[in-house]
Amino acid sequence: MSFGVASPRSGSAKAGADTMEELTVEELRAKYGTGLDVESDENMLLSMGPQHPSTHGVLRLLLELDGETVVNLAPDIGFLHTGIEKNMEAKTYTKALVMTDRTDYLAPLSNNLVYLLALEKLLGIEAPPRAQAIRVILTELTRLNSHLVWLGTHALDLAAMSVFLYCFREREYLLDVFEMCSGQRMMTSYFRPGGVWRDVPPEFEPAVRQFLEFFPARIEDYEALLRDNPIWLERTKDVGVISADDAVDWGLTGPALRGSGVALDIRKVMPYSGYDQYEFDVPTRTEGDVYARYACRMDEMRESLRIVRQALDKLPEGPVLADDRKVVPPPRAELGRSMEAVIHHFKLWTEGFSAPEAYVYQAIESPRGEVGCYLRGNGGPKPGRVHFRTPSYVNLACLPFVARGSFVADLVAIIGSIDIVLGEIDR
Amino acid sequence: MEDWAKKHGLVLDKVEAAFPDAVLEVVDFRGERTLVVEPANVREICQFLHDDAELRYNLLEDIVADDLLPDFPRFALSYHIYSIPNNHRIRVRALVEDPDEGPETLASIWRIATWLEMEVWDLMGIRFKGNDKLRRLFMPEDWQGFPLRKDYPLGYEEVQFSFNWKAIDEKKPYARD
Amino acid sequence: MGVEQKLGEMGVVTARLEDMVNWGRTNAMWPMLFGLACCAIEMMSTQAAHYDASRFGMELMRPSPRQADLMIVAGRVSRKMGPVLRRLYDQMPDPKWVIAMGDCASCGGVFNNYAVVQGVDEIVPVDVYVAGCPPRPEALIDGILSLHEKVRGEKMKDWA
Repeated sequence: MSFGVASPRSGSAKAGADTMEELTVEELRAKYGTGLDVESDENMLLSMGPQHPSTHGVLRLLLELDGETVVNLAPDIGFLHTGIEKNMEAKTYTKALVMTDRTDYLAPLSNNLVYLLALEKLLGIEAPPRAQAIRVILTELTRLNSHLVWLGTHALDLAAMSVFLYCFREREYLLDVFEMCSGQRMMTSYFRPGGVWRDVPPEFEPAVRQFLEFFPARIEDYEALLRDNPIWLERTKDVGVISADDAVDWGLTGPALRGSGVALDIRKVMPYSGYDQYEFDVPTRTEGDVYARYACRMDEMRESLRIVRQALDKLPEGPVLADDRKVVPPPRAELGRSMEAVIHHFKLWTEGFSAPEAYVYQAIESPRGEVGCYLRGNGGPKPGRVHFRTPSYVNLACLPFVARGSFVADLVAIIGSIDIVLGEIDR
Repeated sequence: MEDWAKKHGLVLDKVEAAFPDAVLEVVDFRGERTLVVEPANVREICQFLHDDAELRYNLLEDIVADDLLPDFPRFALSYHIYSIPNNHRIRVRALVEDPDEGPETLASIWRIATWLEMEVWDLMGIRFKGNDKLRRLFMPEDWQGFPLRKDYPLGYEEVQFSFNWKAIDEKKPYARD
Repeated sequence: MGVEQKLGEMGVVTARLEDMVNWGRTNAMWPMLFGLACCAIEMMSTQAAHYDASRFGMELMRPSPRQADLMIVAGRVSRKMGPVLRRLYDQMPDPKWVIAMGDCASCGGVFNNYAVVQGVDEIVPVDVYVAGCPPRPEALIDGILSLHEKVRGEKMKDWA
């Protein structure tokens, strides 16, 4: 079909069009493999998405249905492919940072952190203790932020509208905290190589303390709306069950894995940014169903509050940027007095800093699971290769396995419970 | 972290005992251990790392394809493998000369491998033997080329400023109703 | 003070048809429930209690393009998504408007590369561009109000 527009490039617009409708059940099977064996030979093909309110973005699912039962399922992704990994290779290390915000846009600070930790590992520098504590506080607030969006949309998918409104109310408070630090609500790019952009303002601590004050009661409120709600229980219990062995085999991480009883949390097993100083538990459930994953995330929100409180209590004084002039720009005040500072400033903002010819892999625990960053330096000021191991992408792979045999309506619950973000899947 | 160093040693000893001469090079950088192996041996070694009762690397975290142009061999595949029981990560790296002759698929060891290999195929164009599910995943079906390769252009379009506004505006294909 | 006091007992209002129709269109403009990337989250914030888009008659997001008047392109549009976007636009009944929300939808934003369409105006005609990465909900509301202003100024002879 023609769209009345010049096709963007290489005729790609046309191809997208005919895959949208010309597929039959036989072609689906031939292309994506078969699912369960069923008696009926009157299976129907349903294309769910890419514009569908409950796929959490632009995910497209090709469903083969036997009545109401999902027989076979193939995810079709790439509708948000942004070329972030390629584009980062064309920017200096500092400039590439802004791209990382936009991969997982519900937890931008987690992505900043994993990229920067990989970069700092490559360069062999470390952020000072105060910067690390600020990073911990802000990434934990990001986790809460992300879980709030997850809870709101997940509940909305399962027809509980008011939870969404409450969650977004609290989210606004957190976004105000981020804005206070960085001037931006979502894409803060507040963490920088060697520390954070600048120290947090004096209002930061009282604001976070106030949040710690009122938020536990708000979590109770959400749970009161859902925990004993018969519709919620009916829709989530024993739906989308995945066993611990299968979960590991499918590479699940984060709450999706912990809901199946495997207590893997990168913050515990490979502490970074001083997470080993804080006391917290790793909530797990053994049922492995949608409800277990929901319960894990709710408990995780409480644990995050514990971490934030501890980090705030022992927030050390001191600088927030590492003392390495090859990587960190000199303070503005020094530019007027020191020729050396001017040279460093000029070199940093025109050319950037160089990283050694080596490769590293750094993983952290993002709200969705293990997000990893593979970074190869090529001796120059631009990265040789950046690759993100994104939990959403990996967690999505088990969807056909989990959803086969369930109802279409339950599929919505399963998608919500593995908590995918399409920006992170497609990158 | 001494603990990690011990585990580094253990995995190397075990692999070398099971596959003499298979490990071409051992790279240690910032506490990460990389075993560089031949592409043909990747599957066997991973199977061993997965099955061995003491090692039990049961989580395949990631497969990263890297384009080392202008070096030869041109492509590098890094498998990040993690052992939940032992809390240890190892990287198995293989240098691939011909992208059409990649290593064997790991689908028989970890089911997630198929999905990760699909990403590598779509963006870097490395074919895995035995993986029949390789298809265009992120890119449209008829897309030519593999975007993450170094010889693939980034596709930069000129930025519109006030001095060149008109010239670009005339060429830009605006849509109509 | 309601309109009935002004009208007396006649129950008749004289107005230009243009004004009446445009007034009706601006006050019940249903956006399509269609999010792409980061901006979609801010669009959700706009809909939620704090910013409350229902003040502008927009509380109803329609998942079906056939019931929507307004398409808010919230996020970057990839080459693969382009045809889908155009199809959704074609399925919307007239009159219809498009807001390009955010830098990526307006001009490609920071992603000047092979994968992202450099401005959604290459695919659908855009009425209002909202800057920001992502724009604050206030900015989106401002964009919506600008669109209302534009709609109020529409002339009958252009409807055809």
